[in-house]
Formats: sequence, C-alpha cells, structure tokens
Amino acid sequence: MVNTIVDLCGVQLDNPVMAASGTFGYGYEFAELYDINVLGSFSFKGTTLDPRFGNPTPRIAECSEGLINSIGLQNPGVDKVISEELPKLAACFNKKVMANVGGFSIEEYREVARRLGECEQVGWVEVNVSCPNVHHGGLAFGTDPQAAASVVRAVKEVVRKPVIVKLSPNVTDIVSIAVECEKAGADGISLINTLLGMRIDLKTKQPVVANKMGGFSGPAVFPVALRMVYQVYENVKIPVVGIGGIRSAEDVIEMMLAGASAVQIGAANLTDPYVCRNIVRELPEAMKKYGITDLKEIIGGAHNG
Amino acid sequence: MKECIFEIISNKEIAYNTYELVLSTPGGAHGVTNPGQFVNIRIEGFFLRRPISVCDWDDNSLTIVYKIVGKGTEAMSSMAQGEKLSVLTPLGNGYDIEALGGRPILVGGGAGVPPMYGLCRRLIEAGRKPAAVLGFNTADELFYKEKFEALGAEVIIATADGSEGIKGFVTDAVKELEYTDFCACGPEPMLKALDKTIAQGINGFMSFEERMGCGFGACMGCSCETKYGYKRICKEGPVLERGEIIW
Repeated sequence: MVNTIVDLCGVQLDNPVMAASGTFGYGYEFAELYDINVLGSFSFKGTTLDPRFGNPTPRIAECSEGLINSIGLQNPGVDKVISEELPKLAACFNKKVMANVGGFSIEEYREVARRLGECEQVGWVEVNVSCPNVHHGGLAFGTDPQAAASVVRAVKEVVRKPVIVKLSPNVTDIVSIAVECEKAGADGISLINTLLGMRIDLKTKQPVVANKMGGFSGPAVFPVALRMVYQVYENVKIPVVGIGGIRSAEDVIEMMLAGASAVQIGAANLTDPYVCRNIVRELPEAMKKYGITDLKEIIGGAHNG
Repeated sequence: MKECIFEIISNKEIAYNTYELVLSTPGGAHGVTNPGQFVNIRIEGFFLRRPISVCDWDDNSLTIVYKIVGKGTEAMSSMAQGEKLSVLTPLGNGYDIEALGGRPILVGGGAGVPPMYGLCRRLIEAGRKPAAVLGFNTADELFYKEKFEALGAEVIIATADGSEGIKGFVTDAVKELEYTDFCACGPEPMLKALDKTIAQGINGFMSFEERMGCGFGACMGCSCETKYGYKRICKEGPVLERGEIIW
C-alpha cells in the first residue's frame, strides 16, 4: 500500500492532484465524465467582483506541446458564482475547493476574497496576481514584490482560510516576490501562471489571438515551472503548489521532488478531459515504480542531495 | 460527451483539398443526436484537438467531411483505413429540426456544406421539403451535390467563378427561392451576407466557427456575446438563432 495523502496549509488532501483554475470551470462539466471527488481538489475559474466577458476572440492559439490563451478572466462575477455556480458545484463535489480570485485593485481582491472565503465549500483562497491577459491589473500586481505583498496583506485581513498567492513566471526574480508574499502573511504559493507568449498566422501575417499576446501553457513549460518551484521552495517555509505542464503521474512526482506539496493540472484538461482522473489512478503505480511509499515524504526531496 | 476510440473505415479525397472520413462507431457510440453537432479529434503530433462538424451518422458509423486548412487537417488527410482516432463526442447543440417549418432552405458554404447534409436527410425523413443551397469557390471544390439530390432535395449550386451552377454567391441563389425558414453554415462573411439578404422576420439558425481550446465548455476560449447573454460556441453553440446573433 502506498499513501498519497498530503497536507496543504492545514487541509488534508487525499492526493496532491488538483485541476488548475480556468481549465476546469466550476467542476460540473467534468463531473458528467467522471466522479470528480477522486481529485485532491481543484481551483475554480478566476472570479472578479463584476461579471466579465473577457477578451475578444480568437482567444486561443496552438503551439508545440501547448497553447496560448487570452481569455481575459471571463466569469459571471462573485455574486453569481456564489448564488449559482457554487450550489451546482456542491451537487457534484463534496471536498473543499480552492477559490481563485482575480482583481484590478487591492480593494477588489479584498472584497472578492472575503466573500468567497466565507463560503463553506471553499478550503483555500488562491489570489491570482499573475493573469497576463488583463490590462491594469492581474499581472501588474504579480511582477512587483511590494505590490504583490500589499494584495496579500489586504486579503489576509479579511480571509480566515489559507491564502495562497498564484505567481507569474514573467518576472526576473520569482524568489523575491515569493519571499515578500510570505512576509506579508501568505499561507502558500502556487506557481506558475502562464508565460506571456505569441503566435503569428503566416497566411494573414497577423497575431493569431485578437489580444495579440496571451498566456502560454502546456507540457512545454514544465521545465520552467519545475525550476521556479525548486527555487521558491528553497527560499520560503510555506507550502508550494506546483503548476505548469503536468500531464502524468511521473510529472507529479517530479514536481513534488522539486518542492511542491500539491500540484495543479491545467492545459492537459483541455485536450484530455480525463487526465486528472487518470493521473490519480496511475499515481500509486508510479510511486511503487520509484520506491515511494508515502508521497508527502518526497516533497522537496531533490534538495537533499 | 465522452472520449471514444474509433477505427477509420475510409478517408478519401472527394474534392480539391476536401476529404470524407468515415469512422466505425459500433452501437451508436458516437452519441450524436442532432445535425450540426461536432466532434473533437486528436491528431498525433498536435497539442489541440481539431473540432470538425458531423456530416452524417448512423448506428455504426460517423462521417465527417473536412477541408485541409492547416497542418493538423493535412496530417489527418494522410490517415489510412484501420488507423484509430481519439474522438470527443458528441459536442455542441446542433440544429433542432422540430423548430423548422415545412420548406426550410439549407445554406452551406464550402466546409460548411457537410452538416447541411445530415440535416437535409433528417428533414426529409421527417416529411419536410428542404432545398439545399450550396456555395463553393469553384467546381473543383464542389462535393456532395449528387448525395443531396439522392435524398430527394432540391439542390442549387453557386460558384464564385461560375464554373458550376449559378455564378455568384449563395445569397444570389437564395433570392430566387421561397421558403419557410433557413439554416446556414459557412464562413462568417457568408452568414452575415445571408442575414442581410433574407427578410427580417424569417426564422433561421446559423452555425458558427471559432478557435477552440477544449471544445466542451471548460476553457471559455470560444465565447461570444449574444442578445441572450454570453455563450460558448462549443457548448451553447455552434448553432445560434438568427434573433440572438450580434453581428
């Protein structure tokens, strides 16, 4: 028997496999395919104070081993998320869910986080200071250590549950941002959000996505994500959630060896809607293959050598 | 929606750069119920699946007709009988034939023709008298004319260069017809022109294309604004009512 149980900021997960925000909706689309309670948890679609349609289409461009998205935080706004989406989610998911919060001002982050944090189903609040697809917000907070820290402080004042900050890889020094967030009271760090990328259509000779640039994710970014998780783990004491290009149980183990307490799977959900379930299924076998009996014991294992 | 592994029965070129792919789907495994629904196909070597509308189906097979528009569909065109494909199916809403009158016209432009075939067949089976208006750039790209005729539908062909049928666009052909309502699938400029041509007050349904991430409603990649609110082309579409479309 192997043990896949891990702890994320004081909340126990049956396994470290979570679906990443923006690739799993509010869960119920996937609940038609399989029992999503097999997951450790998932982070639901990024939520802002007001409803947002998001960016113009096309919003998607294919890449080698990945895709660029430029959704722009489309969501129905926090009121409807609480009144309509969370009840639907409750009907198919009986574990704690991670609430992903977006914003354009510190006040907005605080208000949305406060309201979602009060929801019974929510186990953690994940503050997205790293969306590359919206102007005057999102990423602007995530590229400056002090700005990121000020969002964390504001959210921590009003949220009693664990606050996890989702960081952008589009920075020169990820460690300094993570360290400032920890000092500001963050309970965890999740990384990475998407890498700013671009594709140009050779026929039209114009950018493929209407917003010109977007967030690149998929298996191609896995080594970048792994490296950043490794660096951040070495410099903070709070748990790290590893995100970026994961598509197999082996990837999960590798990310945990780098320092992740849990992982999130993003782009892979879009091409294989069963991928999270399959990873959960394959994890015990992969653990046996590499001589692992207790998964939580390998967290940061690559740092011990 | 579910993932199915289907074996290729045939995959052949039926017009310039246009292929008909028939998949073996024992026991109706494809789950398709409405014409205008689509499937999302994994192609080895490409990250995203390729969303392609269903042309026709029965219990044991599913037919799609696709045009080579990029490297993915080019790779698909070289797949052979006996090879297996991972397919997410069924996807999208499709056309509701109960919402159509006795004499609908079915307007297809190029790669928008295939779903009109499955629709035409089911309308005729339901006792309606549809007319098919099929537009192509040139005669080399024309396909399925005889198949529509074999169903017993009136068929009008329009080609931009006049090499077959009416010289001009589907909008020119539509002007000559009388009809109760319409369904259309094709490039967005064609749909827009059609909306301008057909008198206001006539009911219609149009199928839209958009670049998709997942194809099943998870990523919000293909959202559009309608008069009834935000919709996902892949989930609440691809077929929209004429009255809700914001041009």
